[in-house]
Amino acid sequence: MTSNSLVYLIALPLIGSAVLLLAGRRADRWGHVLATLASGSSFVVGLYQFSQMLARSGEERAVTQKLFSWISVGSFKVDAALMLDQLSICFVLLITGVGTLIHIYSIAYMSHDLDRRRFFAYLNLFIAAMLLLVLGDSYLNLYVGWEGVGLASYLLIGFWNQKPTYATAAKKAFIANRVGDLGLSLAIMISFATLGTVSFSGVKEQAEHASTGALTAIGIMLLVAATGKSAQFPLQAWLGDAMAGPTPVSALIHAATMVTAGVYLIVRSNFIFDAAPTAQLMVAIVGAITLLFGAIIGMAKDDIKKALAASTMSQIGYMILGAGLGPAGYAFAIMHLLTHGFFKAGMFLGAGSVMHGMDDEVNMRRFGGLRKFMPITFATFGIGYLAIIGVPPFAGFYSKDKIIEVAFNAGGVKGWIFGCTALLGAAITAFYMTRLVIMTFAGNKRWDAKAHPHESPALMWIPMVLLAVGSVASGFIFSQGNSLRNWLAPVVEHEHEVEVELLSPAVVSILALLLVALGVGIAVMKYLRTEVLREAPENVSIFTKIARRDLMQDAFNEAVFMRPGQKVTAALVDIDKFVIDGAVRGVARLTQGSGSALRTTQTGYVRSYAMWILLGAIGLVATIWIVTL
Amino acid sequence: MNPANYLYVSVLLFVIGAIGVVVRRNAIVVFMCIELMLNASNLAFVTFARINGNLDGQVIAFFTMVVAACEVVIGLAIIVTIYRTRRSASVDDANLLKR
Amino acid sequence: MNWLIILGLIPLAGAFVLSALPAASELLAKRIALVTTLAVAGVAIAMATQFQRDNVDPQFVQSYSWIPTFGINFAVGIDGIALVLILLSSLLAPVVVLAGWNEAAGGRWSVKTFYILILILQTMIIGVFSASDVFLFYVFFEAMLIPVYFLIGGYGTGARAAAAVKFLLYSLFGGLLMLAAIIGLYVLSGEQGGHTFDIAALSNLQMSSTTENLLFLGFFIAFAIKAPVWPFHTWLPDAADSAAPGTSVLLLGVLDKVGTFGMIKYCLVLFPNASKTFTPLIITLAVISIIYGAMLAIGQKDFKRLIAFTSISHFGFITLGIFAMTTQGQSGATLYMFNHGFSTAALFLVAGWMAARRGSSTISDFGGLQRVTPIMAWSFFFAGMSSLALPGLSSFVSEFLVLVGTYTRYPVAAIIAAFGIVLAALYILIPIQRALHGPTTPGNESLSDLNLREKIAIAPVLAVILVLGFYPSPLLNVINPAAQHSISQAGFSDPLPTIETHSTAKVGE
Repeated sequence: MTSNSLVYLIALPLIGSAVLLLAGRRADRWGHVLATLASGSSFVVGLYQFSQMLARSGEERAVTQKLFSWISVGSFKVDAALMLDQLSICFVLLITGVGTLIHIYSIAYMSHDLDRRRFFAYLNLFIAAMLLLVLGDSYLNLYVGWEGVGLASYLLIGFWNQKPTYATAAKKAFIANRVGDLGLSLAIMISFATLGTVSFSGVKEQAEHASTGALTAIGIMLLVAATGKSAQFPLQAWLGDAMAGPTPVSALIHAATMVTAGVYLIVRSNFIFDAAPTAQLMVAIVGAITLLFGAIIGMAKDDIKKALAASTMSQIGYMILGAGLGPAGYAFAIMHLLTHGFFKAGMFLGAGSVMHGMDDEVNMRRFGGLRKFMPITFATFGIGYLAIIGVPPFAGFYSKDKIIEVAFNAGGVKGWIFGCTALLGAAITAFYMTRLVIMTFAGNKRWDAKAHPHESPALMWIPMVLLAVGSVASGFIFSQGNSLRNWLAPVVEHEHEVEVELLSPAVVSILALLLVALGVGIAVMKYLRTEVLREAPENVSIFTKIARRDLMQDAFNEAVFMRPGQKVTAALVDIDKFVIDGAVRGVARLTQGSGSALRTTQTGYVRSYAMWILLGAIGLVATIWIVTL
Repeated sequence: MNPANYLYVSVLLFVIGAIGVVVRRNAIVVFMCIELMLNASNLAFVTFARINGNLDGQVIAFFTMVVAACEVVIGLAIIVTIYRTRRSASVDDANLLKR
Repeated sequence: MNWLIILGLIPLAGAFVLSALPAASELLAKRIALVTTLAVAGVAIAMATQFQRDNVDPQFVQSYSWIPTFGINFAVGIDGIALVLILLSSLLAPVVVLAGWNEAAGGRWSVKTFYILILILQTMIIGVFSASDVFLFYVFFEAMLIPVYFLIGGYGTGARAAAAVKFLLYSLFGGLLMLAAIIGLYVLSGEQGGHTFDIAALSNLQMSSTTENLLFLGFFIAFAIKAPVWPFHTWLPDAADSAAPGTSVLLLGVLDKVGTFGMIKYCLVLFPNASKTFTPLIITLAVISIIYGAMLAIGQKDFKRLIAFTSISHFGFITLGIFAMTTQGQSGATLYMFNHGFSTAALFLVAGWMAARRGSSTISDFGGLQRVTPIMAWSFFFAGMSSLALPGLSSFVSEFLVLVGTYTRYPVAAIIAAFGIVLAALYILIPIQRALHGPTTPGNESLSDLNLREKIAIAPVLAVILVLGFYPSPLLNVINPAAQHSISQAGFSDPLPTIETHSTAKVGE
C-alpha cells in the first residue's frame, strides 16, 4: 500500500519550525500558536492514518510513501521514503499527541520567557525529527531523524545556555549521543557490506541468509546506538544533566519520546536480534543493569527533576529488558513505553507545575505539604505515581508486570536473574517514588518564606489531566484481550508463544505487589513518620554518597575518557608543533644554517679569494694528475 | 736548447706571480703579478707551439695579449677610481663585497 | 562552444580591466571583481547544464598545439568530477569577494591588486581542473602558487610573510617531485612510440613496477602536500591563520581540492598498479589524518587554526574515499570535496567576521555571542553542524558514502575513521560553547550583528548546504559515471555483499 499523505506528518511541524526560526522577532506574538497548531494538525493526520489503518486487515496495514531518490551510488541506493506500520503508528500518535499537549502546556509555562518563539521552533523541529525517526523506511532515513532529535535535544537542553552549566549539559548530551550514533552508523555500514541493503524490508528479507556473526555485529552496534539515545548503561550519564532544559522538554524529549527511540530501534530490528541470540542477550543485560542503576540513583536524589530522570532511565531499562527477551517481550516493551509516555510525561508536567508555583525551586527538601496548595497537580501526579509503581488498575501495573513475567519465563538461570532484577527494581521504584511524592506533597512545609505556592493556570493543568486519564486507562486498553500484542504481531512476529511458564501471571502480580507494598512502607516509615530535613544530611553511608554522585558515572567518564583525552590532545598539539612541524622547520633551519656557515668564507678580501682560486686550481690539477696517473 | 727549460721558466714566473697576488697588498703590485701570471702562461703557450710545431699556441698567445691589454685598461681604471675614493691602493681596504 | 576557454578567460579579462583602473577607485574595483566572478558563476552553471552526465569521456574538449617540439598541447576537457570542482570554485568566488568586501584594506598593496590576484587565481584554478595535458596541468599547478603567495603575504595578518614563504616552499617542493615524475613519463612515452603529455596516451604506457612506484610517489607526494595529508600538513594551519578569511576560503575550500582531484585523475589513472601497491599505506595515512586532525582541532585555541585542522580531518576522509576503490568511496569523496568547500567557507567566513569585529580570533576572547549577535551565532552554528556532518546537511551524505564505501573493502579503516564523527562533535561543540553560549564576556557586549552584505554572502552558502543534504542527486548523477569510470580504469569493481546465498532478489531496492 502506498499513501500520499504520510509526508504531511513530518512536513507540518517542520514548516512550523522553519517559519518560526526564519521569521525571527516578528513571530513572537503568534509563534507559539502556530507551533501548537502545526503539532496538533500533525496529530490529526496521524489519527486519520490510524483510522485508515484500522479499516484494513492485518497484513495490509503498513503503508509506504516514496518521496524521492536520496542517495544512489552504485549498489548503494537509498530513497527518501516513509513507512507507517502498526509499530510506527503507536509512536506517531504518542509523539504528536503527547507533543501537542506539551505544546499547550508550554504556552503557559514559557509565557514569561523572552525567547518563547525560539522554544516552540525547537519543539516543532523535535516533533518533525522524531516523526522522521519512526517513519523512515530504512536505517539511513532513521539515522537522519535519530541525529535530528539529538540536535533538537541539544538545542532544548541548552535553551538557557547563558548559564555555563546548562551549556555544558547540552554538549554532554550531544556527545554521548554521538557515541551512540557511531554505533548506528557502523551498524548501517555492516548491514550494507554484508546484506547489500539498508532498508528495513530489505534487511528483513536478507537477514535469514546472513551469517550469525554478521547479524550479531549489527545487533551489538544497534544496541550501542540504543544505549546512547535511551540513556542506557554505559552511556547513561547525560540524562541527569539534561534536566537543565525547561521542564516541558524533559517531559516530552527526556521522558516520553526521544529517549525511548532506542527501544523503537531494537523492536524495529527484531529480525536481526531474533537471529542473533548473543546480541539479544546483551540487550537484556543492558536493560537489567540500567533498571537497577537508575532506580538506585533515584533513591538518593533530592532534585525532583533528577529523581524523575533517574526513574526514566530505570523504566527504559525495563523496556530494553523486555525488548531483549525476544518475541515474547517486544509487545510488552512497547506497551510499557506507551504507558510510561503517559504517566512520566504527566509527572514531569506536574513537577514543572510545582516548580512554576515555587519560583523554579527543584530541591524536594524545600517542598513539603504542597497538596493543599496544588490540588490538581497533586491529583494528576498521584495518578502518575500509582501508575509507575504498578498499582492495579493503573497503566503501569499492566505493562510492568508483563515484563517481569516474561523475564521470569525467559527460562533457566537467565530467567531467574532477569526476573529477580525486575522485581527488585519494582520494589526500589516504589520506594523512591513514594519518597518523592511524600517529600513534595506531604509532610511539613519546608519552603522559604517568600515562596507563594499556587495552582498553575488551566493551560497547564488541562494537559496534566489528560495525561492522567491516559495513565489510568491506557494499560487496561492495551492489555484488554491482548489488543496491543495482536496489533503489533505482524511487525514483531511473535509466533513462538511463551513455552515455559515458570510463574503464572497471578503469582508474578502478587509477588510484585508485595514488594511494591514493602517499598512504599519503608518510604512511609522513613519520610512520613520522621521529619524531612531542609538540608541533605551529610553523615550518611558511603553508599548513599555514591548514589548521590550518580554511582560515580561522571567521575568514571572524567577519569577514563575526559582527562586522558585532554592529555593526549595537549600532547598531540605539542608533537605537531615540535616534532612534525619541527622537522619541517628543521629543514629550513638547516638550509639557513649551512648558508650562514658558508657565508663566513666570504671575507671580502681580494687576496683571500685569490688564495682560494689558487688552492682550487692546484686541487684541480692535482686531481687530474692523480686520476690520469 | 731543450724546450722544456722554457716551461720551467714559465712555471717559475707563474708561481712568483701567484705568490705575489696572494701576499702583496698594494693593488698595483697585485695587478702586475697578475700580468706576470698571464705572461707566464703566454710563454708556456708559445713553448708548446714550438714543441708541437704548429701555430695554435702562438695564436692563443696573441689572443691572450689582447685580452690582457683590455684587462689592464679596465683594471687600472678601477684601481685609480678606488684610490680616488679611498685614498689607498691597498686591496685589503676594498672589502665592500663582504657586506 | 569553447566553454572551458571562455570560462577561463572571463576572470583574466576582468583582471586586465582592473589593472587599467587607477588605484584610488576602490569601490569600482570591488564591483568589477564581483561582476566578473558572478559572470563566471553564471557561465559555469550554463556549462553544467550542457554537460552530458552519462558520458564518461572528457567533454568540452579543446586542443591547440602549444610547444610542438615537446609534443605539448594546450588541451582541455572535463569529466563529471572536474565539472563539480569547477562549479565549486566558480560558485565560491563571488561569495568570497562579497564576504571579504573590506579584507583588502589593510594590505601591503592596493585594493585592486587584491582582486586582480583573486581573478588570476580563478583562471589558474579553472585551468588546473580542466587541463587534459599533463604539462599544462603542471604549469597551472605551479602558477597557482604565485597569486596565493602574494595574497597571503600581502593581505594577511600576523606572521603573514613567514606563512606565505612556508606555503610556497612546501608546495614548490612537492611540485618539483611531480615535475621529475612528469619528465619520467615523457621519457617513457618517447621510448614507446612518440613523446607526448596527453593523459589518455600516458595512461597506456608500459612500465616496470619499480618505475611506476617511483613515478606514482612523485605525483602522490605533490598531491599529499597540497591536500594536505598527514604528515605533510603543517603549512596549512600557518597559512590559514595568517591569510585573510576570503583567501583562506579559497585556499582550504578550492585550492586544496587540487590535491585530492589530482589523486583521482592522475595517480589512479596513470599508475593503477602502483595505486594498488600503495593503497594500504595511503589508507593508513588517511585514517591518521582523520583522527589526528580532529584531535589537534580539539586542542586549538584559535578559530582559524581550529578550522584548518578540521579540514585536515576532512581531507583524510576524502583521501580515504578515493583510495577505498569503491564507487561509493569515490563518489562520496568527490561529493565531499564540493560539500567541504561550502561548509568550510561558511565556517571560515563567519569566524572571519567574528574575528574582525572582536579584533582577535582566540576562542577564549569570545563568549555569549548568541545573545549579542544572534544571526552571526546562528550562521556559525549552522556551519558547525555541517562540519560535524549532521544528517540532513550536505556533509553527511558525502561522509557516510565514504565510510560505507570504505567499509565494504577495508572494514578496520572505516571503523577507526568512524570515530572521527565523535571527535567532530567535540571540536565543533567546544568552541560553540565557549564563544556562543554562556554569559556575554567583557569586550563582546557591543559587537554588531551581520550586516546586509554579509547576510547576502552567507545565505546562499547555507542554502546550498541544506539543499544538498536532502537532495544530493543533481551532483551525484554527474559524479557517479565519472567515479565508476575511474574505479574501473584502476582495475577495481565494487565488493559484493558477503551474504552466503546467491539470492536473486534485487537488493537495495
